[in-house]
Amino acid sequence: MTPFRYERAQDAGSAVATLAGAPSGAFLGGGTNLVDLMKLGVATPDLLVDVARLPYDRIEVLADGGVRIGAAVRNSELAADRTIRTRYPVLAQALLSGASGQLRNLATTGGNLLQRTRCVYFQDTSKPCNKRMPGSGCPAREGYHRSLAILGASDACIATHPSDMAVALAALDAVVRVQGPQGERAIALTDFHRLPGTEPQRDTVLAHGELITAVDLPPLAFGARSAYRKVRDRASYAFALVSVAAALDLADDVVRDVRLALGGVAHKPWRALRAEEVLRGAPATEESFRRAAEAELAQAKPLAQNAFKVPLARNTIVRTLLDLAERAR
Amino acid sequence: MIAAHSICSPLDRIDGPLKVTGAAKYAAEYPVENLAHVFVVQSTIAKGRVAAIDAAQARALAGVVAVLTHETAPRIEDCDDAALRVLQSDAVAYHGQIVAAVVAETPEVALQAAGLVAVTYEEQPHHVELRVDDPGLYKPEKVNAGFATDTLTGDPDAALAAAEITHDTTYTTPHYHNNPLEPHATIAAWSDDGVTLHDANQGPHGIRDDVAKAFGLEPERVRVISPYVGGGFGSKAFTHPHVILAVMAAKVAGRPAKLALTRQQMFALVGYRTPTIQRLRLAARRDGMLTAIVHEVVEQTSTIEEFAEQTAVPTRMMYAAPNRRTSHRLARLDLPTPTIMRAPGETPGMYALESAMDEMALKCNLDPVEFRIRNEPQTDPDTGLPFSSRGLVACLREGARRFGWEERDPYQRVERRHGRWYVGTGVAASTYPTRRRASQALARVDHDGNYTVLIDASDIGTGTWTALTQIAADALDVPLERVRIEIGDSALPRAPIAGGSMGIASWGTAVCDAAEKLRTRLRDEHGGAIPADGLEAHGEAGDNPEAKRFSMHAYGAQFAEVHVDADTGEVRVPRLLGIFAVGRVVNAKTGRSQLLGGMTMGLSMALHEETVLDPHFGYFATHDLAEYHVAVNADVGSIEVAWIDEDDPHINPMGAKGIGEIGMTGTAAAIANAVHHATGIRIRDLPITLDKLLER
Ligand SMILES: Cc1cc2nc3c(=O)[nH]c(=O)nc-3n(C[C@H](O)[C@H](O)[C@H](O)COP(=O)(O)OP(=O)(O)OC[C@H]3O[C@@H](n4cnc5c(N)ncnc54)[C@H](O)[C@@H]3O)c2cc1C
Ligand code: SF4
Repeated sequence: MTPFRYERAQDAGSAVATLAGAPSGAFLGGGTNLVDLMKLGVATPDLLVDVARLPYDRIEVLADGGVRIGAAVRNSELAADRTIRTRYPVLAQALLSGASGQLRNLATTGGNLLQRTRCVYFQDTSKPCNKRMPGSGCPAREGYHRSLAILGASDACIATHPSDMAVALAALDAVVRVQGPQGERAIALTDFHRLPGTEPQRDTVLAHGELITAVDLPPLAFGARSAYRKVRDRASYAFALVSVAAALDLADDVVRDVRLALGGVAHKPWRALRAEEVLRGAPATEESFRRAAEAELAQAKPLAQNAFKVPLARNTIVRTLLDLAERAR
Repeated sequence: MIAAHSICSPLDRIDGPLKVTGAAKYAAEYPVENLAHVFVVQSTIAKGRVAAIDAAQARALAGVVAVLTHETAPRIEDCDDAALRVLQSDAVAYHGQIVAAVVAETPEVALQAAGLVAVTYEEQPHHVELRVDDPGLYKPEKVNAGFATDTLTGDPDAALAAAEITHDTTYTTPHYHNNPLEPHATIAAWSDDGVTLHDANQGPHGIRDDVAKAFGLEPERVRVISPYVGGGFGSKAFTHPHVILAVMAAKVAGRPAKLALTRQQMFALVGYRTPTIQRLRLAARRDGMLTAIVHEVVEQTSTIEEFAEQTAVPTRMMYAAPNRRTSHRLARLDLPTPTIMRAPGETPGMYALESAMDEMALKCNLDPVEFRIRNEPQTDPDTGLPFSSRGLVACLREGARRFGWEERDPYQRVERRHGRWYVGTGVAASTYPTRRRASQALARVDHDGNYTVLIDASDIGTGTWTALTQIAADALDVPLERVRIEIGDSALPRAPIAGGSMGIASWGTAVCDAAEKLRTRLRDEHGGAIPADGLEAHGEAGDNPEAKRFSMHAYGAQFAEVHVDADTGEVRVPRLLGIFAVGRVVNAKTGRSQLLGGMTMGLSMALHEETVLDPHFGYFATHDLAEYHVAVNADVGSIEVAWIDEDDPHINPMGAKGIGEIGMTGTAAAIANAVHHATGIRIRDLPITLDKLLER
């Protein structure tokens, strides 16, 4: 661990400006991931700019019927919000399936999106890791990778993104609002996180000094019929081996529309567009759900220890859609 | 046996208010003036030597008091355990070994400076994987707790060859880490008199002796104070390297030093349970009578010290069979030395034996409860001795009754599906030896009739403060309010560790003896009146002479209901029932907690726990509580615990068998057997994770 300075940001502008002038600085949200990584020596910022107290702590309904979630809204608060629970239950369920009550009370919306992989080598500075130390190698591929990626991985990195919340947001077509030295921009959640490619050190498209101010949820008419199913090694307090975020719209037992995203399988929350395509217009049967899952997972490149994730993801997709279809009837 | 007035009642913990208000101090919490802080640097290779250490940057950092390396650390005397020779040579025997340490003004500076110590290594190829065909396997002279390494009765091979029904399978268990709630910590302070330690351990006297030996001191010049300890599960039973290092650091710094290990550091420095590879062979006649039992164990130790887990020992006396063999072979690996962890031997051994018994019951077409009862021995099949008491059959019958076992459908997975769940039930036996060790105690009474009992017993969260007070009150035949105990300090009369489920048996026997002697002195020398300046008497307990005449064990039966998700293979355990025959339970409340906690740890072993070894780097890749999964509340459904009445006059004056460990034995097998009943899938390698049950 290295010494660092701590500053509490007064407003977004000064937070951004301060960090722009501090190439080794970092924003601090709830600190539940960053501080752990600092203790492990994985993150060594020399300046922490605390943004958890900025006035981005509200959940607002927008004019178009969507919802704006402030970046400083705590995970527990967001999960308990009535609008979220009724219009986007998939998001509330995803949040509640993550971490523990204590952690959710601290974790912020912005910080949650930017939490880093739980790959054991990434978290251990005595070991090589392309994500932590570009070019040093990826021991996970030959080593311990039971919980790592089956989709979209590269030779350089097979890490998974650990967030549950982000999987629900990917299914909901959320948009990340960002303020940076160059002004504001909006990034689709599905474009926000990257695949590792040859630059696994970059988790997202965010540039240094860019501050997340909010996450917008567009209106989704059938959002109320959505669900999050997380499969893990214990009943609570474990990261997803596989998770499924889904929303389903049926008309006469035919899929009119669907949103589907997977967690625990890739370097980013995995929006299952191929499966969605197979599903639209298909009868709401186990058979078509299975076909859709298989279409999505056809691209999977599992390794020895995580091969089980392919059938696990398939079964979990099918079961989640069946449950939603059941509720629609 | 002493009359039960205070004992057997569910008395609340005497130390409860102190603990919930934070007034009970744990080792790292003692306010000590002028304290220096120690942070260790651990090796990042599994085998080789330290080629060079560059500590210049660390030493230059403001607030650094000293950097200790094998070149600068003070020499210590030889220690019994080679792992305690901290910083005495450049040799690296395992990943995570202490290769340097920083002593600093604050914990933060110590941590920062530790990161600045640059160590280069000369690495050698390491050997860390346990295999049955390891050419280096050897036969240890004894296994843990002094048991014989191998046993043989009759001709098991011939019996297997001739048998009508046989079973031959291998079961494996992974590395486990003890992971008590309180991380290990030591504060050491030297004075003219010697050195005083506040330390988290399961027995101050043993720590005292090791420190005295290492630093060439008379044992009386070392004092170890540990009244409150936050769990140990065996990892605090013996001295570990950080204790020696803390004493060394305090010496170098010339002021008190504190060394508090992090959770991650604990994975290399305070022991773990060896993985096991266990081959079980059973032979039976068609009527389900066993004719042979063979249990062969392969497990590991380190290259620097031998620890041989007594895994096959319970198999020696659980069931009758004229032909029997057990054996233990060890591989010496470039890993830290394993240690005892809750019910060493019985925990992995009973998983294998009780899984095999379930498999064999099926082959014999017998109900698994009935199969066990049919093979109940009349005398100890290993020693030929009669049992001092043996409640296995009673526990199986009572458990079956309470659990509703008769209604059980004997067949595997006949569409016993409730919604998305496959449902199954399983049973397994539990056991743990009933022993005791030599102990001393001092009983004192003051003029006002207030009694104090002094003994270096340990309370590691188990309830000793309370149970020993109850025993003392009954032994002195006075009301509880009149009695106060002092424990957890090596300045008190010598007593054995809290381990081997022998604590209460050993300490209690010594306390009863001291009480008896005090009462005799009062009566005979003072006519029953307390003299003006009080009176005291020394008590002593030796080994139990009855142990030569009787085979002494506690028994139990555990029943499990499991649900397995048909889509995902997720396992839930909505119901566990444990019935135990453990003699008299000294405190019905803390005793129940011990059994409940043991079963919970057994559930955790069945479904979750495993330290993943990375063979390439030769280290434990999962080394924190986010990666090393211990069962959480949501994993635990209903756990019902009960005990049957058992009077055993041979074991100790309390008539109490140890209960700290038995709860954990057999649980994993009961759950694995239930999973088989639910799914038809037999898991022979723990833990039972969902990938092993998933239909591909
Ligand atoms: C034991 C454990 C178990 C967990 N289990 C789960 C789980 O099952 N599922 C799950 O989803 N998560 C889990 N988590 C992770 C938890 O959800 C994250 O740690 C948390 O969401 C991070 O939020 P934070 O506000 O604390 O982020 P911080 O730790 O404060 O920050 C994380 C990162 O985000 C950056 N940052 C923070 N705010 C902003 C902002 N507004 N703009 C730009 N950058 C910002 C920081 O610089 C840092 O890089 C677990 C964590 C732990 C410790
Ligand atoms: S998978 Fe990625 S994070 Fe893990 S070791 Fe490889 S490069 Fe590092």
